[in-house]
Amino acid sequence: MTSMSKPFIDKHLPKNKLGLSVRNYEGVMSTLCAGCGHDSVTAALVQAFWELDLAPESAAKVSGIGCSSKTTAYFMGQSHGINCVHGRMPSVATGANAANGDLNYIGISGDGDSLSIGFGQFAHAIRRNLNMLYILENNGVYGLTKGQFSAAADYGSKSKKGLANDQMPIDPCVQALTLGAGFVARAFSGDKSQLIPLIKAGLKHKGFALIDVISPCVTFNDHAGSTKSYAHTYKYYHPLVHTDFVAHADEVTGSYDADGAMRVTMQDGGELFLRKTESDYDPRDKAQAIETLMMNKTEGEIRTGLLYLNSDLPDMQAANKLPKTPLNQVPYERLTPGRAALAKLQSRYR
Amino acid sequence: MKDLVDVSSEVRVNDFVIKIGNVNGTGSASANGLLMKAIFRMGVPVVGKNLFPSNIQGLPTWYEIRLTKDNYMARSGTAEFIVAMNAETYKQDLAEVSPGGFLLYDSTWPRPDLHARPDITAIGVPLARLVNAAFDNARTRVLMKNMAYVGAVAGLTGLDVEVIRGLVTEMFGTKAHLIDANMKAIELGLSYVREHFPDPLPLRIEPMDKTAGHIMIDGNTAAALGCVYAGATFGAWYPITPSTSLMDGFKAFCEKFRVDPDTGEKNFCIIQGEDELASVGMAIGAGWNGARSFTPTSGPGISLMSEFIGFAYYGEVPVVLFDVQRAGPSTGLPTRTQQCDITLAAYASHGDTKHILLFPANPKECFEMAVQSFDIAERFQAPVFFMTDLDIGMNDWMIPELEWDDSYQPDRGKVLTADEIENLEKFYRYEDRDGDAIPYRTLPGTHPKGAYFTRGSGHNWKGGYTEDSDEYKEVLDRLTTKWKNAANAVPAPVITRCGQPARRAIISVGGCDGAVLEALDRFAENGVNLDYLRVRGFPFNAEVDRFIEQYDEVFVVEQNRDGQLRSLLVNETEAPKHKLVSILDYAGMAANPKFIIEGISAHLEALGDVA
Repeated sequence: MTSMSKPFIDKHLPKNKLGLSVRNYEGVMSTLCAGCGHDSVTAALVQAFWELDLAPESAAKVSGIGCSSKTTAYFMGQSHGINCVHGRMPSVATGANAANGDLNYIGISGDGDSLSIGFGQFAHAIRRNLNMLYILENNGVYGLTKGQFSAAADYGSKSKKGLANDQMPIDPCVQALTLGAGFVARAFSGDKSQLIPLIKAGLKHKGFALIDVISPCVTFNDHAGSTKSYAHTYKYYHPLVHTDFVAHADEVTGSYDADGAMRVTMQDGGELFLRKTESDYDPRDKAQAIETLMMNKTEGEIRTGLLYLNSDLPDMQAANKLPKTPLNQVPYERLTPGRAALAKLQSRYR
Repeated sequence: MKDLVDVSSEVRVNDFVIKIGNVNGTGSASANGLLMKAIFRMGVPVVGKNLFPSNIQGLPTWYEIRLTKDNYMARSGTAEFIVAMNAETYKQDLAEVSPGGFLLYDSTWPRPDLHARPDITAIGVPLARLVNAAFDNARTRVLMKNMAYVGAVAGLTGLDVEVIRGLVTEMFGTKAHLIDANMKAIELGLSYVREHFPDPLPLRIEPMDKTAGHIMIDGNTAAALGCVYAGATFGAWYPITPSTSLMDGFKAFCEKFRVDPDTGEKNFCIIQGEDELASVGMAIGAGWNGARSFTPTSGPGISLMSEFIGFAYYGEVPVVLFDVQRAGPSTGLPTRTQQCDITLAAYASHGDTKHILLFPANPKECFEMAVQSFDIAERFQAPVFFMTDLDIGMNDWMIPELEWDDSYQPDRGKVLTADEIENLEKFYRYEDRDGDAIPYRTLPGTHPKGAYFTRGSGHNWKGGYTEDSDEYKEVLDRLTTKWKNAANAVPAPVITRCGQPARRAIISVGGCDGAVLEALDRFAENGVNLDYLRVRGFPFNAEVDRFIEQYDEVFVVEQNRDGQLRSLLVNETEAPKHKLVSILDYAGMAANPKFIIEGISAHLEALGDVA
């Protein structure tokens, strides 16, 4: 990690509705390896936030431990970030969200952080339908400790030293679907045109939005025999649904029209514009989503896009009937029962 | 064994112990609570201790009620009157009756083994037979047998049945049939003993006026109330004995006081985490985001939370941890009390970490110190441990009524508003602007200029990542200063002087207080002069050092095997190690004065010294 800031010149760059350029959404200089997929995700986040005209300080960035978790310092330097302990970012996000649900919670994690020590918290944040965008930067490998397999490494995938992984992988998207997530997507760090709209949609989804981003590790997992290398991903990468996010749209339909397009209303008012590529994939059909992901394994294809969407589930804030005024701003006068109430209450203890 | 009640022995009024042996899951808790509450309503000070197994149903359980006209707060360690309702523990109960004492047993079945104690009086009441004749339903019979012994005890000791009736009426409210059924069972026991044992026992309950202005409440409930009055809005927890009732209490009070009647909106959030690791993470997340947050747990939970505790310490995030201690190590004795997490909490987590601890001694302090814990956590931007235990947390204690000052405003510490941030040239999270080692913090979303990055990795005063030795040390050194400064913010120690020149003293903590005070009275009666200091906070107030300096020897009384408070005193004061003598009780039972009297007396005898 670094604290080195980048030179700031944005005179000729386009401004969004807040009068800010993309540069206003950047953070400090990345210290990841040149070519790391994670930096592409960072850039996509910056672009998505800028395009949505969201105030940079409206973001709350949460992360755990690992290469991916370091990246929260590299975008939106004008927002608060908390880089906590390994695998337990979801709990910090839960408490923070309970204190103030008005912020845009962005969790950045990796396959090491989310699928081993963090597997439990990952699962339970989904069960609570915590309103956050959860990006899992998935490279199948532990980078910071120099190349051990992660729980997402495919069976038989080879390490840099040529050893084959002999354990079954955990697929975060399948897990999320079975745990009740309302927004499950898979993307590839090498395809910004797909990733940016997914990030925008995920930010606008009211509830837990998972984007599992295949994000190759150039240093430890980008060799022949790895199933998470750039070459492998480009070869087997298969966008299933083309997604675009429209902040405000007029026409609303619930299924594909004659041109193979579908609009889905988000709780936040925005519209998702989906276009099927070749199959009749319906992202509102959970069974189909699970079946499709399971087929990945047998066919080797990496199916990407918005795999599943259900925006009707109440999020944690709604389930707990939290007030419109965020809990961290409720005045004390509304929280204390006062002296008289205490005196009255104590009659039951006499 | 004497067949009839022997009334020749010395009469003891409002100064004896009734102990009931029963089977858990039979509803005895409400009968025993009723008994204790009735004594309290008669104006007699009481100490109630529930000794229960780590089990749902079927294992032995005891309830001790000490009537203490002199208003002591501890167990006496004696049992003048035992109600033996559990066949499995008859032998044990019989052996435990104090010489000259009484044993009430269910004479529906013969008890030949009672002959083993010729020095006590056994009172047979055919409880099962009486109840079975009066009630049909099997479950009702089990419950009513308990009420029947309440009646028998009342009849034998002079406990006012009208007071009991009043309590039963309050207990069941509008359910008249339940009031009738319970009173019927109570009358069964009562009339039987009046008929068969017309003379009252020498153990007598007589009305007093010593409980006015007092309540009976457990420490977990009082602490939960403290959380409500402190303005805590977020609590995360994972169920664990003996802390569970703290969150149950908080939830009940919040449902009563914090729900908007018009909208149904809740001005609080309680999340049951998937484990303690998540629970403390949630509390830290909420604290980072400016909500007053807490997590109640016990020792095993603190072990699990330790990594996160270090993060909150280093990242300077306010959060309150309620540690309702139970006997360890490992799973230990989940339903027995100890003060065994003192060193764990003081230094929880890897690396150089030191924490702020508060030690309440009773439910009144639980209420007050819960509020203080949140103020201190936010003032010092740090985790604060509220160190209570099972005895304080789960037993009902007689305490003066709780009081509240409506002028109280929470101390939210140094949190900058949007305007204040706007007027700053630049904001640095860990800058010691005031020279008090406490930096300013900002809340997420307040102002783009106030943004900072909280990290558990090495950081400098600006909040930036660093691996530079000097920058790293600068932050660590400031954290030490900040922690030391908290010595003046935690509750000051309570000092009790014996009023005579004393060469020796006692230092103790938490729930040992009542036992120590009672032991001091006994020592004073025997001409042994001892002063007493009760620690209420860590880091230690300078007063603790000054106190130890004044004596040749200081007995450190605590409830754990390893002398953990003593270790902290050795480590964190200038006191010479040899001056501090451990007096330890780690049997898992609520403290009684015996171990203190015996421990100190043995030490003095070994020295050939009596004062």
